[in-house]
Amino acid sequence: MKKTWISVAAKFAIASTLMATGASFAQPMAPKDDQLYKAFGEKAGLVVLMDDFMTRLLADPRTGPYFQPANQQRVKEQLVEQLCALGGGPCVYKGADMKSSHSNLEIKKSDFHALVEVLQASMDAKGIAFAKQNDMLALLAPMHRDIITPK
Amino acid sequence: MNHPYITPLIAACAALFCAGAQADTGKLLLTGGVSSIDGAAGGGLTPWAVIGSNATEDEIGGSAFFTNVGTKDYGLNIVGAAVGLHDRFELSIAQQDLNTRGTGTALGLPGLHLKQTIVGAKVRVLGDAVLDSDTLMPQVAVGLEYKTLGSTGFDGTLSALGAKRNGVDLYVSATKLFLGQGLLLNGTLRATQANQNGLLGYGATLGGHEKKYSLQPEFSIGYLVSKNVVIGAEYRFMRNKLERAGSLAGLGNGLRSEDWKDIFIAWAPSKNVSLTLAYVDLGVIVPATTASRKQTGYYLSAQVAF
Repeated sequence: MKKTWISVAAKFAIASTLMATGASFAQPMAPKDDQLYKAFGEKAGLVVLMDDFMTRLLADPRTGPYFQPANQQRVKEQLVEQLCALGGGPCVYKGADMKSSHSNLEIKKSDFHALVEVLQASMDAKGIAFAKQNDMLALLAPMHRDIITPK
Repeated sequence: MNHPYITPLIAACAALFCAGAQADTGKLLLTGGVSSIDGAAGGGLTPWAVIGSNATEDEIGGSAFFTNVGTKDYGLNIVGAAVGLHDRFELSIAQQDLNTRGTGTALGLPGLHLKQTIVGAKVRVLGDAVLDSDTLMPQVAVGLEYKTLGSTGFDGTLSALGAKRNGVDLYVSATKLFLGQGLLLNGTLRATQANQNGLLGYGATLGGHEKKYSLQPEFSIGYLVSKNVVIGAEYRFMRNKLERAGSLAGLGNGLRSEDWKDIFIAWAPSKNVSLTLAYVDLGVIVPATTASRKQTGYYLSAQVAF
């Protein structure tokens, strides 16, 4: 029994170390605290931000066609959850992973850039400081690997 | 403007510009860089690994620029254009026109303008400087610049020094935007024979020296103040290739050269326009005729891109 415990603890320690090492090189730097979440106005702020974001996404001819057929309410809820979790807030993103949720869409790099610009416009409109915007964008940008359709 | 390549190239670019105005190209603001003095996309004095124009993957875009530099004893006008293909390949052309002012007069060549044409090609090898924000991996590109110096009354002096009137620079650039910090870093390593970037020819074989290429590092740092404003600085190491040949020709240290550097602010009022203002220090340029004054001054550049 004791041996098993030690073994589990050891494996956990090794796994944590590996994850921490991986996190510092290959993963977006997960926030150590909830400062970013707070800068985005916590849950309420994120809900307002995503409402604005969706409105702009639908209005923009570059992004509109991708979001018109989608379940917009659900996309907004998942985005709130995702940004809440990325910002260090008390959320766990339970939605579909980025790769499978975008696999049936033909998304080009220019589409991804357009979405970033629309998000920047929304964040500007909600008065989120430029440095905080970039902190969040730095966590979101690596998702381009799963979102943009490979050629 | 009188070089045979430049008019058709700018015309082709203008035609592309019309095409581009209809088909929206999709790079993020300022991520195509501004136009460097040699025409390649980058900072001001040095190329970066970014591919010029607003075109991203699957797109073709273009840019055109005009730059005016004024230092204590010289004036430099540059016009040029670049085409970006699929955010992978870049072709560029630039023509530099150096007004030698008092130096030309002192050499018995009043009104001397040194005109250098630079045709450049660059290919992005790997990475995305902006979106790969979770790794240290930069965007990396390799490029070449074919430089030719137009024939002038200065030809005799150049050939006496053993300097050619054409040369090829090869470079590799690595550019990384640390998005969370809003910090852009670029390092370029250039293999070149050029004297003063080619404005004073390439190499100097008088005395048997400076036949070979030298490796010269160039660095840029930029800080994103806002979405459309970047401030930064550049340092371009430059090998002092002409001094020895100059002294053998009886000019003492009159042809010494020094590193080039600048501090800049770039502003993109829209996706299609950027303006760059810099304070440059190009070190001494032909100190023999300029009382060894440091060639400090302004740098102003305007670019349109699509």
